[in-house]
Amino acid sequence: MTSTAGKIEWEEFENLLVDITDQYGYDFSQYSKASLQRRILSFYLKGKFGGYQDFKNRLFSDANFFMYFVEEVTVNVTEMFRDPHFYKGLREKILPILSTYPFIRIWHAGCSTGEEVYSMAILLKEANILHKSLLYATDLNPTVVESAKSGIFKVSSMQQYSENYISSGGQKDFSSYYRANYNLAKFDEELTSKMVFSTHNLVSDSSFNEFQLILCRNVLIYFEKKLQSRVLELFDKSLDNLGFLALGSKESIKFSSIASLYIPFDTKEKIWRKMK
Amino acid sequence: MAQDEMIELVIIGGSSGSLDAILKILPELRVDFAVPLIVVMHRNISSNSLLEEVLASRTHLKVVEAEEKEMITPGYIYIAPPDYHLLIEKDHTLSLDYSEKVNYSRPSIDVSFESAAEIYREKLACIILSGANADGTKGVVYASNVGSKIIIQDPAEAIVPFMPEQAIVQTSVNNVLSVKGIISFLNAL
Repeated sequence: MTSTAGKIEWEEFENLLVDITDQYGYDFSQYSKASLQRRILSFYLKGKFGGYQDFKNRLFSDANFFMYFVEEVTVNVTEMFRDPHFYKGLREKILPILSTYPFIRIWHAGCSTGEEVYSMAILLKEANILHKSLLYATDLNPTVVESAKSGIFKVSSMQQYSENYISSGGQKDFSSYYRANYNLAKFDEELTSKMVFSTHNLVSDSSFNEFQLILCRNVLIYFEKKLQSRVLELFDKSLDNLGFLALGSKESIKFSSIASLYIPFDTKEKIWRKMK
Repeated sequence: MAQDEMIELVIIGGSSGSLDAILKILPELRVDFAVPLIVVMHRNISSNSLLEEVLASRTHLKVVEAEEKEMITPGYIYIAPPDYHLLIEKDHTLSLDYSEKVNYSRPSIDVSFESAAEIYREKLACIILSGANADGTKGVVYASNVGSKIIIQDPAEAIVPFMPEQAIVQTSVNNVLSVKGIISFLNAL
């Protein structure tokens, strides 16, 4: 949208999305356009291409470059124990219910680099139910899934995460969950051993298991309404009766086709419970 | 420059010291003020919902925290929620985005100004208020280039003059108004 190195016209932008679907099968046509267009333009301007055609040639001739593009234009900003009060809610209201089950399956849809999955594993461990839990973590982007799988995060983020952890009701020394080596922190294998990572595209892939809890926070805001409905129906198919659905603080199932099947369980923290 | 009567959306950006100006402006808006207003203010995440209440107590307009996919409607003041960028879609609905901070800020005034200007162009008025951050300046340049109306709070009057000063220095805009002037401008829309 800024003018120095040019801009991408609306029509070109829409054509680009169609070409991407045709060649690579990634369908962004139902993403919220304002955000996507801003990120694609910023990617284009930062890349210092010799014009728009040059950018397109590169995108459609180099699959690795395309995957890098996907990583950059989708939002991968996340934190451990982001919104600590949300995790406090999970700790105090949801985990006591889950702990009564013989086996717990949790799905982090749109897990990005995995910070939320590790936060959840820590909660489960502290509730003494990690041993009977499995955390499925999926994202459309194979690179971030690989990164999540490694359990390695920047040491420089740990202070913030530790503060978040304490605000979420954590009582241990947060650094007991990882080993720091230079500027990297590797999280305990005990946590990782209960995680299953896989690529999964909410736009095109289907339900693959049944869960007692699905978390999908700050993903739906990037989707247009029709795609939001599709994804919510996919979650509904993947949730056990009496299962929980947790969304981001500005997301809701209100006005969606599945709304009547759920009751708000924790309105403030955007957690719903399936009742049918 | 835009014809003021064409303005269909007003977006106000501010940081430290801007609340004071907004609290002076809102009670003075005329009873039938019918242009939707968006307020993008840097604020502390923990000081959360209070802002809506404070603003609502000063105006007859409906003050709401912006929700994603919400249609921009006259008679409303939309507040950018803490920790999200606020963008505008082609169909005049609101979008939220939790991407990287811009100018150390989320919400970023640049992001909202550019996004609103892209859609509303000469039908948009951007008002930049007091603040200690250069956020908003790039947005003002962009909006001005596509024909949006720009108004800058008089730095001499702003509690923290840096933000309006930057907007003046970095752009050719010289539409600098006092809070009183901003009120008259809005009431003439």
